[in-house]
Amino acid sequence: MGALHRELGGRMVPFAGYAMPVQYPLGILGEHLHCRASAGLFDVSHMGQAELVGENAAAALEALTPADVLGLKPMRQRYALLTIESGGIFDDFMVANFGNRLFLVVNASRKAEDFARIEAALPAGVKLNRLPDRALLALQGPGAAAAIAPLAPALATMKFMDVAEIAIAGVPCFVSRSGYTGEDGYEISVPAEQAEAFAKTLLSLPGVAPVGLGARDSLRLEAGLCLYGNDIDETTSPVEAALVWSIGKRRRMEWNFPGAERVREELANGARRLRVGIRPEGRQPARGHTAVHAPGGAQVGEITSGGFGPSLNAPMAMGYLAPEFATDNTSLELMVRGKPLAARVAAMPFIPNRYAR
Amino acid sequence: MAELKFSKDHEWVRLEGDVATIGITDHAQQALGDVVFVELPELGRQVAAGEACAVVESVKAASDVYAPLTGRVVEVNAALGDNPGTINSDPSGEGWFFKLEVADLAELGALMDEDAYARFVDEHA
Repeated sequence: MGALHRELGGRMVPFAGYAMPVQYPLGILGEHLHCRASAGLFDVSHMGQAELVGENAAAALEALTPADVLGLKPMRQRYALLTIESGGIFDDFMVANFGNRLFLVVNASRKAEDFARIEAALPAGVKLNRLPDRALLALQGPGAAAAIAPLAPALATMKFMDVAEIAIAGVPCFVSRSGYTGEDGYEISVPAEQAEAFAKTLLSLPGVAPVGLGARDSLRLEAGLCLYGNDIDETTSPVEAALVWSIGKRRRMEWNFPGAERVREELANGARRLRVGIRPEGRQPARGHTAVHAPGGAQVGEITSGGFGPSLNAPMAMGYLAPEFATDNTSLELMVRGKPLAARVAAMPFIPNRYAR
Repeated sequence: MAELKFSKDHEWVRLEGDVATIGITDHAQQALGDVVFVELPELGRQVAAGEACAVVESVKAASDVYAPLTGRVVEVNAALGDNPGTINSDPSGEGWFFKLEVADLAELGALMDEDAYARFVDEHA
């Protein structure tokens, strides 16, 4: 795909061992707004893809995640966490039930560690197949479904978090109706050797433009979605990260996942800090690692992701705060270059999600 | 209009009398991408050549802007507050940042002319 990115004028940067396009000539702002108005095509082939096969694959995965994998219906996908004994988050990922196998998509920066961890925990009869020969493309935006429908009409009948194994323009694909932008759209796994031609086919559809990693980050932050390594890591628990919704109800009765003790304790007695949305007043952004203070007072937290929201047309951030400050509209001060910047706790997503429910 | 001089930190300088108007170059605005916010120095502030005295924020990141010359800040471009995008659309015109009353005009000799700056950008691309 490198040749195509350069042909499209992509500005390439090293990311997780890959040369990835941070932006195309349209620019981050323009690409972001295009995705929210029409449709954007993202190359996210750096992400890790694998399948888990064997009679007891779902039960095996439940030994590593608090998600309900056994209850995941065929041709459905869900968001899940890999947790560790301390209660921290090893990674976040997507798991789909394709009937005869589970299909996993994990973060680029964590895939080697994730797959080693999963493999080490598998019982006899369950096997992890890494899929390094598959590329991953995301077509995202309110125009995505209409644009791609002529290539494969069945895509239109999928709902948010449905998956399908289907040929699109003659290419065998694993498709999910999901993404990382807060918009409707699809993530499409294709054989790597067909990826470039397939991407060109998608780019030729009306209203579709290439979008780089820069806009991917501003889109996901507006959508209130976490970036592993920034907003969640091995020190943050699912309760602190406000990701308890990803823990299955049954799992919250069984308490048999790594870190269950900490999650149970924090659900009962409260966490030391909570992930919240933050909106600075005015136009000045506050970036990751900015200290958050009570107005005129002590530090009460830290920003983990921050920037400017092109669709919000205002700065936005997420971060962790002491629980007594983690309620909407609470006044805060962000210490930006030594000066306090007034801000408030704000509900996420900053831009409403528009999934095809 | 006076010719522009350029710094290695990608600022331009236009000297009129002993007042220098300063902004960032077209190359710099392209590298930064869409500007969404600028923090300008306070009026009257004394700055030394090479001192960080303004900040330009794009969607992606914050970057320092350095004073190319020693002097006192006598004017700032307040219009950038409402229209920071001017820095992208007209970097060496309406997108100027601030004006300095220059302390030592001899410092101008350390800056590059347009051709030298173009070569500098090519060599560091």
